[in-house]
Amino acid sequence: MSRSDVLVDADWVEAHLDDPQVILVEVDEDTTAYDKGHIRGAVKIDWKQDLQDPVRRDFIDKTGFERLLSARGIANDHTVVLYGGNNNWFAAYAYWYFKLYGHQDVRLLDGGRKKWELDSRELVTDVPERAATSYTASEQDSSIRALRDEVVDAIGTKDLVDVRSPDEFVGKLLAPAHLPQESAQRAGHIPTARNIPWSQAANEDGTFKSNEELRELYEEAGVDLNKDIIAYCRIGERSSHTWFALHELLGLDNVKNYDGSWTEYGSLVGVPVELGEAK
Amino acid sequence: MSAGNGCGAPEGGVTLTDGQAEDQAVIQGTVTRDAQPLRGAYARLLNTDGEFAGEVATGDEGTFRFFAADGDWRIRVLASQGFSAEYEVTAQTGKVVDLQVHA
Repeated sequence: MSRSDVLVDADWVEAHLDDPQVILVEVDEDTTAYDKGHIRGAVKIDWKQDLQDPVRRDFIDKTGFERLLSARGIANDHTVVLYGGNNNWFAAYAYWYFKLYGHQDVRLLDGGRKKWELDSRELVTDVPERAATSYTASEQDSSIRALRDEVVDAIGTKDLVDVRSPDEFVGKLLAPAHLPQESAQRAGHIPTARNIPWSQAANEDGTFKSNEELRELYEEAGVDLNKDIIAYCRIGERSSHTWFALHELLGLDNVKNYDGSWTEYGSLVGVPVELGEAK
Repeated sequence: MSAGNGCGAPEGGVTLTDGQAEDQAVIQGTVTRDAQPLRGAYARLLNTDGEFAGEVATGDEGTFRFFAADGDWRIRVLASQGFSAEYEVTAQTGKVVDLQVHA
């Protein structure tokens, strides 16, 4: 699989704005961004409203995903190009989520909304009308999703990659700094985890670093790329960004995303937690 | 004020109740161009090692806001037309640090 099969640049998107086989999907947590301006033809998916079960802490089920994509006018054979704010955190999360339910051709717009805006490219407010489809999803692909027990068992046996900021890793902050610091969980990290912040996989404009730079980044931080790897952050979106770098760009099959992440692990009773620098 | 369940930064940053920092160490600012608030600029909070801690895109008011911890931090602002600027700030719990950025 080549890089362009999973990651496209803004010029590619502009060249395919009128291609009926390509559908742009903006994914944000803060959907006011889409409402005030988005790439022409893009539909929106709300990270929370659309992708999370409204009652349990889990994803919408297969039927729910089929209903969502059908309503958005997304067909199984469409090329889905995801982009969003926050350096594509939620777009990468949606990418991983689309893969979880087996969508074949998904790609990320490199740099997301940020690079698009910094380049002063066109944003519109018109919401496209698309005919509904009849989407069929696959069962969840458990090879890319790590759950709680597997993560606890991974301590000392698998590579744990904590992609939060260094200040969250050592326990100084409980959340990214653009959020109030009021989480109820314990601070710190999972023992044996290496801290390779998601941001180190990206350039300042939000685009991904080259495969050579990515490989060097993880190997220098002590991650054995031949071992099973589990990436986590606070709620699983920043680690989707790193999962994308490892699984999709570097082509490693042995990488899972732990979407429960620190908001789950840091609230578990009795599990080991480490503070300070990685040991 | 509530963080909700998410991790994303709303445009302009999370709103303060009555403009008070309360138990937070707040760093905020306004980005303007030609004396008008600038939408679509990006403010990034870095620690003193230059490591990323958070990022907010400015909305219609041109504002951004971070919730840091006590100590020294750096703010880097990016905007269209290649604008980039960096500021050193010191955050303190209960205080609001306010920056004016002319992009």
